[in-house]
Amino acid sequence: MESSAKARLSQPVGPLDWLTTNFLRLLLALFVPVATFGILYAGFIFLRDSQAPKIIIAIVAIILGVGGVALLYTVANWFVEQLGDRWRDRLLPFIFVGPAIAILIWYLALPTLRTFWISLFDSDASDLVGLANYLAVFTDRTMFIAFRNNLIWIIVGATFCVVFGLLIAVLADRSRFETFAKSLIFLPMAISMVGAGVIWNMIFNVSPNVGMINAVWAGLLGQDPVAWTAAASLQPWNNLFLIVIVIWLQTGYAMVLFSAALKGIPGEILEAARVDGATEIQVFFRIMLPSIMGTIIAVATTIIIFTLKIFDVVWVMTGGQFSTQVIATQFYREYFTAQNSGYGSAIAIVLLLTVIPVMVYNLKQFSEREVF
Amino acid sequence: MALIVLFAVILTACATPTPAPTTAPAQPTKPPAVEPTKAPAPTTAPAVGVSTGESEATARAKGLTFLADAYAGKYKGTKVTMTGPFTDEDAVKFNNSMKDFTAKTGITIQYEGSKEFEASISARIAAGDPPNIVDFPQPGLLGTFAKQGKVVDATKLVPATWMKENYAQSWLDMATMPGADGKSMIGGIWQRFNGKSQVWYPKKTFDKAGYKVPNTWDELVALSDQIVKDGDTPWCIGIQSGAATGWPATDWTEDVMLRTTSLENYDKWVRGELKFASPEVKSAIETFAKIWNNDKYVYGGRAKIVTTFFGDAPAPMFQTPPKCWLHRQGNFITSFFPKGVKAGEDYDFFYFPPIDAKYGKPYLVAGDIMAAFSDKPEVAAVMQYFATGAGVKGWLAAGGALSPHNDSSLDWYGDPVEKKIAQIVRAATAVRFDASDLMPGAVGSGSEWKGFTDYFSGAANLDTVLAEIDKSWPKK
Amino acid sequence: MARQSQPRRRLRASDLTVNGILLLLVLAWTIPTIGLFVSSFRTRTDIQTSGWWTFLPHQEWVKVEEFDPPAGLDRDGVMEIRGAQGTFEQFRNGIASSDGNTRVTWIGNKRLGTVQVQQQKWIVGYDLTLDNYGQVLAGKTFDIRQPDGSIVTEQGDDFTGAFLNSLIVTVPSTVIPILIAAFAAYGFAWMRFPGRKLFFTMVVALLVVPLQIALVPILSDYVSLNLNGTFLGVWLAHTGFGLSLATYLLYNYISSLPRDILESAFIDGASQFTIFTRLILPLSVPALASFAIFQFLWVWNDYLVALIFIGAKPDVQVLTMRIAEMVGSRGNDWHLLTAGGFVSMILPLAVFFSLQRFFVRGLLAGSVKG
Repeated sequence: MESSAKARLSQPVGPLDWLTTNFLRLLLALFVPVATFGILYAGFIFLRDSQAPKIIIAIVAIILGVGGVALLYTVANWFVEQLGDRWRDRLLPFIFVGPAIAILIWYLALPTLRTFWISLFDSDASDLVGLANYLAVFTDRTMFIAFRNNLIWIIVGATFCVVFGLLIAVLADRSRFETFAKSLIFLPMAISMVGAGVIWNMIFNVSPNVGMINAVWAGLLGQDPVAWTAAASLQPWNNLFLIVIVIWLQTGYAMVLFSAALKGIPGEILEAARVDGATEIQVFFRIMLPSIMGTIIAVATTIIIFTLKIFDVVWVMTGGQFSTQVIATQFYREYFTAQNSGYGSAIAIVLLLTVIPVMVYNLKQFSEREVF
Repeated sequence: MALIVLFAVILTACATPTPAPTTAPAQPTKPPAVEPTKAPAPTTAPAVGVSTGESEATARAKGLTFLADAYAGKYKGTKVTMTGPFTDEDAVKFNNSMKDFTAKTGITIQYEGSKEFEASISARIAAGDPPNIVDFPQPGLLGTFAKQGKVVDATKLVPATWMKENYAQSWLDMATMPGADGKSMIGGIWQRFNGKSQVWYPKKTFDKAGYKVPNTWDELVALSDQIVKDGDTPWCIGIQSGAATGWPATDWTEDVMLRTTSLENYDKWVRGELKFASPEVKSAIETFAKIWNNDKYVYGGRAKIVTTFFGDAPAPMFQTPPKCWLHRQGNFITSFFPKGVKAGEDYDFFYFPPIDAKYGKPYLVAGDIMAAFSDKPEVAAVMQYFATGAGVKGWLAAGGALSPHNDSSLDWYGDPVEKKIAQIVRAATAVRFDASDLMPGAVGSGSEWKGFTDYFSGAANLDTVLAEIDKSWPKK
Repeated sequence: MARQSQPRRRLRASDLTVNGILLLLVLAWTIPTIGLFVSSFRTRTDIQTSGWWTFLPHQEWVKVEEFDPPAGLDRDGVMEIRGAQGTFEQFRNGIASSDGNTRVTWIGNKRLGTVQVQQQKWIVGYDLTLDNYGQVLAGKTFDIRQPDGSIVTEQGDDFTGAFLNSLIVTVPSTVIPILIAAFAAYGFAWMRFPGRKLFFTMVVALLVVPLQIALVPILSDYVSLNLNGTFLGVWLAHTGFGLSLATYLLYNYISSLPRDILESAFIDGASQFTIFTRLILPLSVPALASFAIFQFLWVWNDYLVALIFIGAKPDVQVLTMRIAEMVGSRGNDWHLLTAGGFVSMILPLAVFFSLQRFFVRGLLAGSVKG
């Protein structure tokens, strides 16, 4: 972490100094979100009580929401700029990251802690049972299947999303039909899961008259029709058919991000390499891949996390039946359907723990990135 | 991540959580004697078009003070908020049936339907922001909130004497649940119900083919065999229902249970005292599995049962010629029938026949219970209105609901088929509520669905499945 | 598209390979969508009984004539009809007649059957209908029988109100988190402060939190702040749930920007704020645009967050609710989801196309040279 920037920062000299610094930092970090909130709220009350047509309200709301946030950052920055160099260097980072941190703590971190607390209690949150719920999570056969399925999801789903996304981004980058191809790959992302559920149910339908796969499998190849997502004989591989849906849905996500990263590679470098006689494959492996490694890691991380949290595809397609349950569907079932808050919360916390390896890897990357 | 589009496509007609149900009536039964669960004969029904809940005078006479005051205009301009799982056409029918009440009292009813009912109602109640009245399709989920002390005891809003007068005892038993202090309370008011013991068939073609409606299980099996012999598959069966896949199998189990064992055993089963692995329950499942597991009997074969959407299951019955002939399902299924088919002509139903004559003619039902989360007088007035036939009269006319009230008249039914169901229910030797709706959610809308799905998809054998369901029963 | 003009090349093998593979992938990705699109013009019965591809020209057995089975047939044994011989089962599957291009088929069961002589003919499509779209866009109509026996026709809501509500919810819920996350990403990437690592760990860890666990606590806070049922509450909720991903993705992009750009700006004496607004934001446009697309989609397609924080009342309900409700209490009209899916796709796709122009090579290239 040592770098030239360290020297630019004046070190606090005494405990009192340190205290006031941090106090001010805290104050500022809180001030921006609170003030943001205040301004938005005041504007909002005004909006709510006005009888203007919806479209006017919509426009005003958008301007107010966006402008309000931008304005607050500007004001806070101006305020810090007045304090002189030493204070500015100490406080400015908190203007930048403070609001995000505050919102994340309120909306996600505190609820997570609360969930952990609930997970130590029994089903109706009356008796403290300690880690009994966790014990139950790790000894339950259906949970075991859910863990196994999540693993299949991560290995197959995430890999194919990243590979296809990269492949399409690179190919489209060289094609004259770039926008057209990218739009069609992206299209599934815009379909709501429920609409997607309808079409994939038709594709997987048992009846050869309706199900596309069976129309080929049974109609043309003369095999017996198969219930691709439900057949007992296929388990656990019926999960793969659900994973296909997510690959179809999420490849667009990977593709868009990779595309943006590829555009960031200066064209001169690529052209120079090509002029020097490098083949396209060499250009890809020697120039493109290293240049967008950061994005690949980011996309892989987020897609692994998506697949860890995967819920709606399974819920809409099979409801987690036929041994297709995953951690998130088990959580939903226990927490909402069975109203078993303790056990359900424990499942959610376990889900949180599974992300630790991904996190550790990301932190290593984070530490390696120098701040100057 | 805001990516979760959370609604399972299908809301189910089935259960949600419940603490150990205390809802089942526990009177010993002496079949085939007609027992107290039988609704009084319609002779007690008032004259056509006059329900207790329809005017100030009649309401006042029965002690429904809040309702009478509402008619007197005392709560004009107030608003009562409601939520429930029904949407679209059902919501239109409900709002339509409340028009009369709003016009006479000036109380606005603001109903909000939700397709993600369990999650949204849990969140709103936990956050201290419940609607005034909530429509629960199962007593189970309501039981959870009653135990947390969030629900207003219905007897505080509706006089107990009136409840006793207007509902068969079994309805009241099914609404009784432990409150926060552990004492019993009435969790809500039954507003409407669904009959479940029906077998639908394509009447016109059925008659033309010369088939006869069966009156016993043996005749039903003989009819199935006859249809097979004539070259068709008799049954349309589908249990796919998104997250609730498997629930129609629980209905079959319950119907067969009522016909092969005593009501006492049924009630014990609901309370968890009779195990799923017991011979009674197991043999009930095996009885209907003889039909389900027979590829000759089921349209598309056994493999299709678990992948056919329950609402699409009856569709082949309406093709010409019919691809299957019999479909056992609750009366809501008529909304899935093709547009333009006529009740009583294109389709009709017969009563799911008795299996063992000594158990009489029981009827399986499920229903919607209205629970209050506020004791404001206008809320009490609406609850009292729901406790009378008047509260569901408009819906009966529109079709899609049955009335559990004694003061409603058979003449109010706009749909001849529903009228017939209401008549049969009134004449039934016993009425029992959908067991899976009464069981704890972990079982009734969890392991039981999963177990049946696993069994009929061939992923597990019956003994394994039953043992797993028994194991999932909550310890408390 | 401001594409770099490449040296004009003849159609080379590599171009063919690139476009060929691309075409295959695009086809694979598009088929399900085409299926949904075609299905959205079909009736429910058609969707239930035949595949969407039947709208393509294909061969089918078509009835040439139909008659009652001749009297005196032994329906349980071997029968002879029109020269074709076989059992009942064989006739049900159709038996080719002697002349070869027709077949004799038994329709129905043994009691009610008729016999058809059929011929293979080319068939195109089925009756396509705009009815699904009509119901989604204009609202459904319900004929409700009244207690007095009259029929009152009720018109369900059309989709304009819900569309506008979705817009009001989505646009601020997209822009606000992006702005907040961009600031935070810059702070993490280019600033030094105590707790930097800890807070970044938190951002990554919170990526995995399922938003369902946050619903109840946030709703409780909203009840005490009197925020529930307001659009502001939904904006903030979507901001909170989308922020960790936004921060993470933008951090990745901003931290990989060439260091020398910033250094030269510092040497020129620019302040952090100026560098961020004048330099970093314009350079990060592709990343900002990417995230904007995703966040827009997720919020647009969200159901649960909107349901919990603003509810499903007709005057505030968003498009996803409108469409979900149309399906009916038990899903009796699920076929409307086909049309509903396309109606709700229009705007997200428009957003995607309008943000496409920010994906241009060479934004950075110029800046490096100063």
